[in-house]
Amino acid sequence: MIRVENLHKHFGGFHAVDGATLEIAKGSITGLIGPNGAGKTTLFNVIAGRLPPTSGRVLMEGEDITGLPPHDLFHKGVLRTFQIAHEFGSMTCRENLMMVPAGQSGERLWNAWFNRARVAEEEARLRAKADEVLEFLTISHLADERAANISGGQKKLLELGRTMMVDARIVFLDEVGAGVNRTLLNTIADAIVRLNRERGYTFCVIEHDMDFIGRLCDPVIVMAEGKVLAQGPADAIMQNEAVIEAYLGRGLKNKAAAHG
Amino acid sequence: MDIINALVVFANFVFVPGLAYGAQLALGALGVTLVYGILRFSNFAHGDTMAFGTMAAILVTRGLQAMGISFGPLPTALIALPFAIAATAALVLATDRGIYRFYRKVRAAPVILVIVSMGVMFVMNALTRFIIGVDEINFADGGRFIIAAREFKELTGLAEGLAIRTTQVITVVTAAVAVGLLFWFLGNTRTGKSMRAYSDNEDLALLSGINPERVVAVTWIIVAALATTAGVLYGLDKSFKAFTYFQLLLPIFAAAIVGGLGSPLGAIAGGFLIAFSEVTVTYAWKRVLGYLLPADLAPEGLVQLMSTDYKFAVSFAILVIVLLFRPTGLFRGKSV
Repeated sequence: MIRVENLHKHFGGFHAVDGATLEIAKGSITGLIGPNGAGKTTLFNVIAGRLPPTSGRVLMEGEDITGLPPHDLFHKGVLRTFQIAHEFGSMTCRENLMMVPAGQSGERLWNAWFNRARVAEEEARLRAKADEVLEFLTISHLADERAANISGGQKKLLELGRTMMVDARIVFLDEVGAGVNRTLLNTIADAIVRLNRERGYTFCVIEHDMDFIGRLCDPVIVMAEGKVLAQGPADAIMQNEAVIEAYLGRGLKNKAAAHG
Repeated sequence: MDIINALVVFANFVFVPGLAYGAQLALGALGVTLVYGILRFSNFAHGDTMAFGTMAAILVTRGLQAMGISFGPLPTALIALPFAIAATAALVLATDRGIYRFYRKVRAAPVILVIVSMGVMFVMNALTRFIIGVDEINFADGGRFIIAAREFKELTGLAEGLAIRTTQVITVVTAAVAVGLLFWFLGNTRTGKSMRAYSDNEDLALLSGINPERVVAVTWIIVAALATTAGVLYGLDKSFKAFTYFQLLLPIFAAAIVGGLGSPLGAIAGGFLIAFSEVTVTYAWKRVLGYLLPADLAPEGLVQLMSTDYKFAVSFAILVIVLLFRPTGLFRGKSV
């Protein structure tokens, strides 16, 4: 689905992504793990068109999408969420969701004036869809609340909801579970699995919660210091020496070995 | 004590002129606030965008007059307005293409864009002066008064007259229509909502598939329409002079900041607040007080708090006070 080839992103002398090559298979829920500062979010930012790469290529089903602006990628079905949830603060949750599908007929000023019926019909359909998504995410009661006022965890749900408003092909989730309680986390995990099975979304998930990764993701890609350290099935990755070392440090590993 | 005559004097010299001036400032401030909300910089070229638009309107008006077209009792400039808006929109879109877009692409800091807009301001100002000159131009035609002072006196038998000029009524009506259209647009159309979304959170708007160049272009067209309308109304009400519009920048920015930058509602409230403060502080209250106070207490001086030469100091003072005590403005815009 997505193939990243020898991608570099340098900020001055700092090599945030340092020659990453990886592949995200179509229909998979691929986990992306690694210690803080490993370059995971930067990799997302480059793939999603927020930052231009220093060098390297990003391919989507063979098509070169390197450096395309985010709104073009959106129309190709590439969506993402942010580590710290973003929202349109001055709009209600429902309006936030209704904002998403671009290219509606109401966007043409002509239609807004002279084709009221069609615009109204479309708005009604979007509204129904937004309500359905809110219901699915168990936040129906927040529909008319201004998005600036809802909690951090609820904003995460709203972000996931945005990706459900259109037919996405691949969704990049940046720590979708951070700051979310267990119950909500289960809701999110269920939503991801359902979207993956029923609607064929491909996911790439950055997450620090190993339970979450283990339960959901296969395969798993491990990054450290801007490079891809390992990729493979979840169980194999969890046993991988290099991964444990990158995550826990050498000292801890020895201690773990001594105890084991 | 003569409350009715006092009210008439007040209406004639404070309320009606303040209302018209407030409407002009509100339209100007709306343009500034839109640019700030969506393009995220303070557009110093706004005053000269108004001047350019007014100049275009004057030229078209002259053409229409030469062809013998008039608008009856209304000023011909109102017919010229749509053409002037189109010309101004073309100019600002070209400016954006040629200049601002580059700085957006390199994600320049807002302060750099502010300085860039000052450069644009000088060029636009020079362009206007080059085309139409620096002299004062009166281009209001049609009926001058809706109610003249003498008619009012004859009609009511009062000692004081109330004059309402055609241009003042046109100003208020046109401003109300423009504001109504703008709010309908921002609140009800998809493009308007995209603009609000873009203003709220640029990153997220892009990820929602909103095309930034389109939002920016629509914004500039609206800003051109608002600036030209404000400029023409101001010119009709007073007169046109290239440098006056440059000076209007201060009260317009004061209005936008007092209301809260980025908040359209705030820009309108700010416009009227600044206008009425300016008018009340620089008005000589002698006659109003003369009617209200007993004869032996009637003031001998003019009771003018500040000479009209200092009217810009009023906006400046309000600006400083607001920035000290409520930097986000009355309607909680983006902080400066």
